[in-house]
Amino acid sequence: MTSYSLFLGCTIPARLPNYEVSARKALSRLDIDLVDLEGMTCCAPPPVQSLDLETSLAIAAYNICLSEEADLDMITLCSGCFESLTVANETLKQNEPLKAKVNGILAEAGKEFKGSIEVKHYLQVLSEEVGKEKIKANIARKMGNLRVASFSGCHLLRPSKILKFDDTEHPHAYDELIEALGAKSIWYRNKQKCCGGLLRGYADDIALAIAREKIINASKAGADCIVTICPFCYLTLDLGQVLMKSTYQEEHNLPILHYSELLSLALGVDVKELALEFHKIKIDSILNKIG
Amino acid sequence: MTETKEFNVPFSKEVASRYGGETVMLCYQCGTCASSCPVAKTTEKFNPREIFRLVLLGERQEVFQSNAIWLCSSCYNCQERCPQMVELVDVFFALRNIAAKEGHLPKIYSEFAFALMNDGRIVPVSKFIERKREQIGLPPLKTIGTEALRKILAVTGFDKLLLKKEVES
Repeated sequence: MTSYSLFLGCTIPARLPNYEVSARKALSRLDIDLVDLEGMTCCAPPPVQSLDLETSLAIAAYNICLSEEADLDMITLCSGCFESLTVANETLKQNEPLKAKVNGILAEAGKEFKGSIEVKHYLQVLSEEVGKEKIKANIARKMGNLRVASFSGCHLLRPSKILKFDDTEHPHAYDELIEALGAKSIWYRNKQKCCGGLLRGYADDIALAIAREKIINASKAGADCIVTICPFCYLTLDLGQVLMKSTYQEEHNLPILHYSELLSLALGVDVKELALEFHKIKIDSILNKIG
Repeated sequence: MTETKEFNVPFSKEVASRYGGETVMLCYQCGTCASSCPVAKTTEKFNPREIFRLVLLGERQEVFQSNAIWLCSSCYNCQERCPQMVELVDVFFALRNIAAKEGHLPKIYSEFAFALMNDGRIVPVSKFIERKREQIGLPPLKTIGTEALRKILAVTGFDKLLLKKEVES
């Protein structure tokens, strides 16, 4: 059993209880213990970095300090949180003058960044620590011939110089974790291209056009569903399809699942425990296929 | 004795002197960024190479008037592929930081800032979700460190950004 402090962030607790419940159940079954710490805040993602980069570093560092005090590495379910926290953690570990500056700010909040822990995305923990073999050994439900369009999004992999996970142009770790469940991870056009999610709220038309292309590309390749590992990618593609109905008068109905949901289903978690009613695009076709 | 004074600091130097903006002058306008950009493929309103050209030419006003700097989706594709190791996304953050400081903030961004100041998170948790969490057996949410966060925002001057005038997107 390995323990991590769970960094939940903003979007998952506010919008996606189905993501959180499936992640907690799946990780617990794979002997990953999640500890909820008091006092965490927003991670300071790109919308906050856009306002002030140095403040954002300090906010991320504050949250890392809480995990340092508990002597636990941190795990995130959100790629945005993973990127913001890892960039802050690795930058401050390597840049003494900046670390001194940020610690000057943190002193006001009674904290000091030491650089003693690691930040990991849960997919990284599954890939590097739990491993495919352990997942395979715990499979309790067959995936039928499920054809999955995997979508790892941007901030699990980039900026690669700092995040150092997998290969940004030709990633494979995520596809291997999908195939470990017994599903088929398929190729589709522009698979690695951004979902446009971070433009939602500022340029909704552009964000939706980018998301639409992804839905069309995955559908054309014969995908039964797109499986995501980031709450923004999920919302952009799931809720996005509802908006596509009104904007483009198009019905796509391509189910979007969180990887943790597919993992929970494969590990034998009862469907009734997964709050699947939160999906805007219903996933009954997937449940019927995997039996 | 003549007083030395730096007149008309080029805009590129102003950007390069900011945290995040350091690599802007390495750009040699090859266009790898624009051809890797998911947003540039979708709209003519955004072209990273063109914005960098304007910065290098010192067209400060033009850069901020167009609002194009807010259209980067932070996907980092360009940054991965740039042969000159320009950290484009960070440069865009630096440009946005300058705009924010001068009060040119799209409405959605000032909403993020207000939420951060008030709630410690940028997306509020509704009563409905709180009830739903309980029903499906999720643990109650821990207290957010809003007080500590406000102290941090006060030291960095972030809280003062909110007093500036908003611009509509």
